[in-house]
Amino acid sequence: MDPKTLRYAPTHEWAVMDGEYCVVGITQFAVEQLTDIVYIDLPDEGDPVFAGKSFGEIESVKAVSDLYAPITGEVAQVNKKLLNDPTLVSQDPYGKGWMIKIKPDQGATLDHLLTLEQYEKQIASEEH
Amino acid sequence: MAMRTPLYDWHVAHGARLVDFAGWDMPVQYSGIIEEHTAVRTAAGLFDISHMGRFSFSGPGALDLIQYVYTNNAGTMKDCQVRYGLICNERGGVRDDVLVYRWPYGYAMVVNAANREKILSWLEQHKGSRDVQIEDQTLQTCMVAVQGPKALEVARGLTAADASQLGYYYATATTYRGQNCIVSRTGYTGEDGLEIITTAALAVPLWEDLLARGAKPCGLGARDTLRLEAAMPLYGHELTEDIDPFQAGLSWAVKLDKGDFIGREALLRRRDDRTLPRRVGLELEGKRLAREGAAVLRDGREIGRVTSGTFAPTLNKAIAMAYVDPAHTAPGTALEVDVRGKPVPARVVPLPFYRRAK
Repeated sequence: MDPKTLRYAPTHEWAVMDGEYCVVGITQFAVEQLTDIVYIDLPDEGDPVFAGKSFGEIESVKAVSDLYAPITGEVAQVNKKLLNDPTLVSQDPYGKGWMIKIKPDQGATLDHLLTLEQYEKQIASEEH
Repeated sequence: MAMRTPLYDWHVAHGARLVDFAGWDMPVQYSGIIEEHTAVRTAAGLFDISHMGRFSFSGPGALDLIQYVYTNNAGTMKDCQVRYGLICNERGGVRDDVLVYRWPYGYAMVVNAANREKILSWLEQHKGSRDVQIEDQTLQTCMVAVQGPKALEVARGLTAADASQLGYYYATATTYRGQNCIVSRTGYTGEDGLEIITTAALAVPLWEDLLARGAKPCGLGARDTLRLEAAMPLYGHELTEDIDPFQAGLSWAVKLDKGDFIGREALLRRRDDRTLPRRVGLELEGKRLAREGAAVLRDGREIGRVTSGTFAPTLNKAIAMAYVDPAHTAPGTALEVDVRGKPVPARVVPLPFYRRAK
């Protein structure tokens, strides 16, 4: 995925529409903050998710963090490869490290999310 | 404002991620915790531990004061020997865990950064009429640890005295670049290695010399995973003012027959108290990690709490240390840990989790 075409949540998830599905992952910045990812807990296919609410968790040696859904809908697909090899997320957060695909509810959009430029501004301020 | 070690600028310039630790801005990691951890287990890692408190004791009353506040026996130490022990309160709870150094000319003590001021005032408070001068040398000096199977090789020739000849838990007072320097065969990682103290002005040259010889810079993150695998207690987690050394499994560092010392009477009672929780090691199923404060359960009932937990990179397992009711401490006991609302199966295992091959 090209980071320029993605939209971003302030909680460091990225999202992009791919056909009828919304693909979700976490950003390079999030990966750098977490480092040493050891475990990822993802929902099951068919589970409902709600924009701004936790859909799973990611654990690094240092700490555990919630993963927040960028959009409301139903989990259509889960990247099961991550369950065996969570390091895929740090190796390729915008590609092989994608986490779930959501079938958005009627009318749900990504319009409320940040653009790359807005997101970069946010992380620049977080680094201070 | 947080205190800074003489290596602070180096850490910042080299991309370390800094955190506040006991009032100090300390590097938590450079390249990554697991990578740094592995460097220490397989080669040599280098830690800035200048935040640790360093006291020197002089005067004829030095030994007597140390004996009065310290649970181990400093009276049987040989010149240049280093010994681990506790400083207890009157109730037998742990005020700090420390290293005592015996020199031909006096004594020294290394204490935890978080307890430096507390212990310094405790010493002053209890010195009474003893003829002893205590000097806090923390800010004039620096301290680094080089740890790992290649640590001695990395440090060879760095100081005037040959540190590779040191016995385990022995130290030498020598020189580095013409300045006074102390090297001890001690550490907090479960590996062989050295800890080096010299003047603060030489901190960066010492650090860069050790890096040039092949040591990898490591932060507090790896220091924590390393000490946890080696089951070494961390003050504020496994040791507190309310936990006694017997509960912590440190009876070997308490010499009740050495004469009077602060906490001795309470410890005589607590030694045989079978109702107090005990420190155990836990191995968890799966990769979810038990963090500090997580409840330990048996048959759904809480029997203790986790004090430290992590992913153990050398063992590739989730491990934790916990204090549990003494009825459930036998190795093999099946328990559960409440990890954020979900019970995770765990079992009691002997400590340490990791022991290096001799």
